[in-house]
Amino acid sequence: MFTYILYGLAIAGLAISFFKDRKKTKMALKKAWKAFENILPQLLTIFVIIGVAMAILKPETIQTLIGSDSGLWGVLAAAAIGSITLMPGFVAFPLAAALLKSGAGYMQIAAFVSTLMMVGVVTLPLEIKSFGRRAAIVRNSAALVFSLAAAFVIGAVL
Amino acid sequence: MKQFFKRYGAFLLILAAAVATGFVFPEIGKLSLTNTVSNFKEMLSVLPPIFILLGLLDVWVDRATMMKYTGKGSGIKGVLIAFLLGSAAAGPLYAAFPVAGVMLKKGSSLFNVFIFVGAWSTTKLPMLMFEAANLGPVFMALRLALSIVGILIIAFITEKTLTTQQQEEIYARNSQAEPNQAPLKG
Repeated sequence: MFTYILYGLAIAGLAISFFKDRKKTKMALKKAWKAFENILPQLLTIFVIIGVAMAILKPETIQTLIGSDSGLWGVLAAAAIGSITLMPGFVAFPLAAALLKSGAGYMQIAAFVSTLMMVGVVTLPLEIKSFGRRAAIVRNSAALVFSLAAAFVIGAVL
Repeated sequence: MKQFFKRYGAFLLILAAAVATGFVFPEIGKLSLTNTVSNFKEMLSVLPPIFILLGLLDVWVDRATMMKYTGKGSGIKGVLIAFLLGSAAAGPLYAAFPVAGVMLKKGSSLFNVFIFVGAWSTTKLPMLMFEAANLGPVFMALRLALSIVGILIIAFITEKTLTTQQQEEIYARNSQAEPNQAPLKG
């Protein structure tokens, strides 16, 4: 649904741009393609790695790792899985809900969801392209520490 | 051709390894293929509008404007704009990095760019709604409140741990020669 809004915006933007200045519009499209092609090799690599990782690390496997009574180790496992894997929200949240039903605690779920969103180990090469090695590593480390802290707070409150 | 292998070599190598794994463990191979194809499809569906908007941003928003609203000294307003821009986004986090690159090229402050990336990762509106539907509104609201603080802290730490020279290097990384760049006004 939201994707359609995004498409609407892009198309409207292109139309207005084209109306105002054809040359600039052509340049915008060129830049769009260049930016995309620039990250394409890493992107393709990430897809293959994640495809294989998710085949080995099936939802059932995740369930046993961060299921009921998994405690602190469950939180750490959840954070590790969330940091490494890459999945769209429409897969992640139903999975998290299923994990919750099957006995995982809010603490583990929060660690999983937060790291999944904020920490990207496989996408580090892409991040380094924009931010350089140091900033990318600092940002991800800080995000990991934050996710753990947030998980403990959420676990304590809920 | 040589250029192609230089850029796509790692991908081809990993792909070959994955295919080999698939032949040894057919079950994992089949599932890997399904996963990879579905990831690829997801990418094809969300990325085109993001990159088109990136292109339009690059061409139409000049450096002076971007600096005024999100540059150093843009204050709270800049932070808010970065938050809103990131929250209005859609798509996976890796798509945020090229956009962040354009923002840096146009003179956004590093702090605001890290806020933007943080917001893109966590406070996207459609994702929040989906999170509330699946995990409950209380869980979502609590995590959102923590995340907003967290995004600010993470951006602060990331910026502060960089030396001036390292910060300049990041800007240099994103400012490749651009013949058509709008000149800096005033």
